Amino acid sequence: MPERHVVVGSGVGLHARPAALFTQAVAKAPVPVTIAKIGGAPVDASSILLVLTLAVAHADEVVLAAEGEGAQETLDQLAALLEQDLDAAPTGN
Amino acid sequence: MSDRPDTPRPSGASGASGASGGTDGSSRPLGGAAQLQGLGVSPGTAVGPVARLGLPPVPPADEQPGPDPAAEADRVAAALEQVAVSLAERAALASGDAVAVLEATAMMARDPGLLSTVRAQLDAGRPTAASLDAAIEGFCDILAASGGYLAERVADLRDVRNRALAVLLDEPMPGIPHPGHPFVLVAHDLSPADTAALDPREVLALVTEAGGPTSHTAILAKGLGVPAVVRCARARDLTDGSPVVVDGSSGLVVLDPDERTLAQGRARAEARAMLAASGSGPGTTADGTSIALLVNIATADDARRACQVDSEGVGLFRTEGLYLGRQTAPTVEEQEAGYREVFAAFTGRRIVVRTLDAGADKPLAFVDLGTEENPALGVRGLRVGRRHPQVLAGQLEALGRAAAATGADVRVMAPMVSTPAEARAFVAEARTHGLAIAGAMIEVPAAALRADQLLAEVDFVSIGTNDLAQYTFAADRMQGELADLLDPWQPALLDLIASVGAAGQGTATPVGVCGEAAGDPLLACVLVGLGVRSLSMAPGLIAAVRLVVGAHSLAQCVQLAAAARTASDAVAARAAARALAEQKVLELL
Repeated sequence: MPERHVVVGSGVGLHARPAALFTQAVAKAPVPVTIAKIGGAPVDASSILLVLTLAVAHADEVVLAAEGEGAQETLDQLAALLEQDLDAAPTGN
Repeated sequence: MSDRPDTPRPSGASGASGASGGTDGSSRPLGGAAQLQGLGVSPGTAVGPVARLGLPPVPPADEQPGPDPAAEADRVAAALEQVAVSLAERAALASGDAVAVLEATAMMARDPGLLSTVRAQLDAGRPTAASLDAAIEGFCDILAASGGYLAERVADLRDVRNRALAVLLDEPMPGIPHPGHPFVLVAHDLSPADTAALDPREVLALVTEAGGPTSHTAILAKGLGVPAVVRCARARDLTDGSPVVVDGSSGLVVLDPDERTLAQGRARAEARAMLAASGSGPGTTADGTSIALLVNIATADDARRACQVDSEGVGLFRTEGLYLGRQTAPTVEEQEAGYREVFAAFTGRRIVVRTLDAGADKPLAFVDLGTEENPALGVRGLRVGRRHPQVLAGQLEALGRAAAATGADVRVMAPMVSTPAEARAFVAEARTHGLAIAGAMIEVPAAALRADQLLAEVDFVSIGTNDLAQYTFAADRMQGELADLLDPWQPALLDLIASVGAAGQGTATPVGVCGEAAGDPLLACVLVGLGVRSLSMAPGLIAAVRLVVGAHSLAQCVQLAAAARTASDAVAARAAARALAEQKVLELL
């Protein structure tokens, strides 16, 4: 299964607004995506509640995985998103 | 010393005494299927159908697992989806901050991780409602432990749980009902969280089984100007849609009223509306002594509503609203923005701000005060500064900046001042932030007993009668059974107020009252007789106080006060004052 290792760029880690932006992006993806900490069990990356339970801090490394048509592109986009500091990005509204 | 009300006005309210009629029959018995007696805490009469506050459902203790976990998971999924749809619908109708909160809550209801966690519980053989409850509580623990923004989402997630359980268990939706027409809200008790979503245009009256004269229900009702009855045990028998007549003065609730009772209730409601429209302008006694009539507020929303009431300004702005429920301290900038909003609503009028009264029953997450055996006697109000001086400094800085930016007539006072030295230190600190007029609340008996010394240190004082009664009688305000001891007519309480009033006259320091007592029209006259010159109350009570104070001369007020203080208990004190008061004007109430 295609995977990407990503170092989380957001200053607060994968919490609050960054977690919400990430899970919303996953929910729009054409394939199911999982996220895990190194050595941990993967969880559904479209669930903000499960993503929060991972307690991912700033600069932690996570593994994204997906399978099916468009998996490679989806993982590339999501990895790029996670590398940014999502808390600093301008809001959409 | 600049709190002195400025221009004496001729008595304007006395002409209203001709507007009697329509309020006869107060002694005739009311008829209906049942009469429920409670404690009237906000005057007025209302007629309308009951709608009950929905209670949060709990999974039944004897709940059995469903036969097919997969089918049960589908039921939970359907319930959560129904909740998400209704939250999204409410978001579409809402405005402001509520939209984002409702949308985020709807997203949580649709969270795939929530459903997969419920599924795991069901597969382990747990019953359906209990599975949903356990899954949500598990996530709540994680959110709470994360702190900050996420911890503040716990209440939203529990809201999802409560709504989904109501669907699963076929129980009424928790929270404020929306029957689509004005209603009498009936509940066991009301908390600030319950009533945050209350639309004042829809609520005719409040009736609760629990609560006391200073409960949230009483304060809310007076703020909205709607009648309220608390401690009405039989309110639990009232069902949705039943017609009732609620008398917030006598505390009587009549179920299924007969025609005559219904007509009488409507006539009284109209008479009261006329009374509210009968007087205007600054408060004065019949012989022209200025008595400032002010409002109590707690939020920017309160300010927007209350600024439309004919008052001379704000006598008590409770500032806890900016802090409670926060995990982190609001920045000076955030506070300044909040204060500016309130000050702008009262341009040209005075605004008396009470600095943060945290501790006791109002704990703050970001100020660790530890666990206290007796929080009401612990580190609260001004005392918080002993451990966390930066909280008060930040607040005064924000208030000073907001006052300078808006040009508003802002005066600050500290809660829970006990000694002249505490008062002196507070006034000095306020002045360093550009706040020229600073004073103290008188809530602690020690402060009232040494009023001469304390008043010499401040520009004004305001007596908080609710806390002063609690500490004078050693009776917890939250303890409904002790309500008789907390009666503001207690002669011992009047004695303490008298000593503050005398000190005010001796030191030329203005004395005000901002507790429940100020909104009782007859007691307001007694307070004036004791030397009080400003009265701050819920906006809905001002019209009646203006009328009754305006019908009595200062000399009459002094006589009323003397008669009340001679009495041996609260009931006798009220009766003694009543006997000497202008009867025509009392009949209007």
